[in-house]
Amino acid sequence: MKDNKITLSHGAGGRLSHELIEEYFVPCFDNALLRALDDSAVIPMQSGQANRLAFTTDSYVVKPLFFPGGDIGRLAICGTVNDLAMAGAKPLGLTASFILEEGLSLEDLKRILVSMKEAAAEAEVQVVAGDTKVVEHGAAEGLYITTAGIGAISDNVVIGSAQAKPGDAVVVSGPIGDHEIAVLMARGEFSLQGEVESDCAPLNSLVQAMLKACPAIHSLRDPTRGGLATVLWEIANASGVGMVVEEGAVPMRKEVKGVCDLLGFDPYYLANEGKLVAFVPEKEAAKVLKAMQKHPLGKEATVIGKVTEENKGKVLLHTPIGGHRLLEPLSGEQFPRIC
Amino acid sequence: MCLGIPGKIVAITENQLAVVDFNGVRREVSLMLCPELEVGDYCLVHVGFAMQRLDPAEAQETMELLDQFLEASGEPS
Amino acid sequence: MNPHKNQDEGRLAPLLLENIAALADSPMRLMEVCGTHTVAIFRSGIRSMLPPGVELISGPGCPVCVTPAGEIDRAIALARREGMILATFGDLMRVPGSSSSLQEERAKGNAIRVILSPLDAVKIAEDNPDKTVCFFGVGFETTSPAIAAAVMEAQRKGCSNFYLLSSQRLIPPAMRALLSAGKVNIDGFILPGHVSVVIGKAPYCFLAEEFGLPGVITGFEPLDILEGIYLLLRQRKEGRTEIEIQYSRVVQEEGNPRARGIMEEVFAPVDARWRGLGTIPQSGLALRDGFSQMDAAQAFDLPLQDIAEPPGCLCGEVLQGLIRPPECSLFGTRCTPEAPVGPCMVSTEGSCAAFYKYGRGDAAK
Repeated sequence: MKDNKITLSHGAGGRLSHELIEEYFVPCFDNALLRALDDSAVIPMQSGQANRLAFTTDSYVVKPLFFPGGDIGRLAICGTVNDLAMAGAKPLGLTASFILEEGLSLEDLKRILVSMKEAAAEAEVQVVAGDTKVVEHGAAEGLYITTAGIGAISDNVVIGSAQAKPGDAVVVSGPIGDHEIAVLMARGEFSLQGEVESDCAPLNSLVQAMLKACPAIHSLRDPTRGGLATVLWEIANASGVGMVVEEGAVPMRKEVKGVCDLLGFDPYYLANEGKLVAFVPEKEAAKVLKAMQKHPLGKEATVIGKVTEENKGKVLLHTPIGGHRLLEPLSGEQFPRIC
Repeated sequence: MCLGIPGKIVAITENQLAVVDFNGVRREVSLMLCPELEVGDYCLVHVGFAMQRLDPAEAQETMELLDQFLEASGEPS
Repeated sequence: MNPHKNQDEGRLAPLLLENIAALADSPMRLMEVCGTHTVAIFRSGIRSMLPPGVELISGPGCPVCVTPAGEIDRAIALARREGMILATFGDLMRVPGSSSSLQEERAKGNAIRVILSPLDAVKIAEDNPDKTVCFFGVGFETTSPAIAAAVMEAQRKGCSNFYLLSSQRLIPPAMRALLSAGKVNIDGFILPGHVSVVIGKAPYCFLAEEFGLPGVITGFEPLDILEGIYLLLRQRKEGRTEIEIQYSRVVQEEGNPRARGIMEEVFAPVDARWRGLGTIPQSGLALRDGFSQMDAAQAFDLPLQDIAEPPGCLCGEVLQGLIRPPECSLFGTRCTPEAPVGPCMVSTEGSCAAFYKYGRGDAAK
């Protein structure tokens, strides 16, 4: 590459496009399927006890591109891996499409691709197909990434938002709010200094450890956009159950709480990228918790509440003073407030 | 109508500005309304301004009322 | 260490509630003036725990709720101007004007920046000398000294591109107007803790002296609020009608004289319109002559339109404490946080939004 920036010629399909793929993309995602550079990746069907596929896609437009604890690339891999993991699926392969802005520095691109390679290795998944396009300056704020993924679900796993049952323990894998606060601070808009890192991580191995302890887990969700409250509310409504959550039991880092206090944010609506909420049959909760706490991504896992027969479709928060309030889903963007 | 957050002054810079720590997160805060504050003081912060010194001793005094209730109910305080 | 937080909340709250219940043998209607109290009361779960004899009514202390639609329209008109950056607190972003909101205007590409401090607006002006920067200054006495300080700072730095669109209001005149109207039925006031950090105790004495009503200046932690309610009930029991300070760890009797001095140097009281309450004399603040070159309303010729409330909107009654949100026929049906009709549903601390978001789990309340 003569220049150190992406140009429109990189997207034209000619020699420069080919060089970009060979020099930047292929080495990062190096695997037999990708190296074939066919128009489609061909994955052999797995025989045996996995007769369903999970299939998902997401686009990633986060700004800034780099933030403490991660970057847009890591997010793109983990986000899609996690969507598969929440169905109880083992990832079989990912695709990654890139829309690059003219003027994006090749150094930044490389950094993002290496990060994706590392995240994929952590998740033990490969990127088997991809695409790049280049758009003119101003049209993509650096770059956008879309990933899609397929995974195989074992026959004995039945997980879904509509599967939660009264009596189930509600378990969260760790402190909430880290990702959204880390990104907000990295944007620098409110001049806040502090050490908050995104929790961006692939959760598939944690989920497999949990399923090993209890194949009958009812529901799994990762509380991304909309946060914990939105996910709990969605499951309460999909499953036709109620929920009671102990406010004092929900883990949160003190720095995250500090930022929420300063900006007037409600931590229950903050996005997480490396956490999950699990609905576990009551009798199995202790076993599942133990398995989670042994895993690096579940060390702070804890029970935060339980599913009830009453108050169908509602999530009740028990407050530290012994009262209660409703936890509603997020409606609209949270703006910092002074009142 | 007003979020006021307690923070601890960890540094005072020039022009009546201070660095205040809120549970491990720090922001610049103006001391224009409370210039007598010192490093180590706790203060109530609203819209980036220190509004008043926060007196931890006073916070303990508020608990006197509760101590009376506890005594009356025979519980340890 | 959070000096506000008592570690023993869970144990002490029931004790306070017991003592409140013991004094609540006959009904007592208490108005929490301040929107931040409304939210704190809901979020802490206090609403779900009070004995039936204690009724809490929300008052007009929500600066977002009482900002007339015409003033939102003025801010929007400014934001639409070529070369203008409008700086605002986040609270105002979703408030409906007559046809749009600041959030919608930002989506259209108008330069609107959400800030945490009035000093941030001054910094934006310094950093963008080729632009005009206007700060939409909304708030009560808690915020006005900070806005005044920022105005002084802008003048000191010679920021000739910095303007203020003042939409500030004062609490005691509004309380006087509410009580003088004679329609509201209140036995006592939970007084705004942070406004009082600035103004102290004296401005509330008229409540006791002229209207025979007690008031307690209260903090925002659950124990503070419970203690404030207890102290009001205790006054009734003991036949007293006084203004007391519960929030003594930050509220001094004399308030913060320096903050008031700065506020008074920059701003003069003027008559002001309150959404839902009409014009209240000497209840707003405007820039004094020495600073009037920064007055956006003058500099940019922004007439203030009087906008009628949407049909069926009862925000005015809610703000005066005459009805509770569920008594408005639009509540929860046509008027929801996703699609608010009036400001009480838009503001995070508007009575209707708080009721909708936190309170619908309480069947009895």
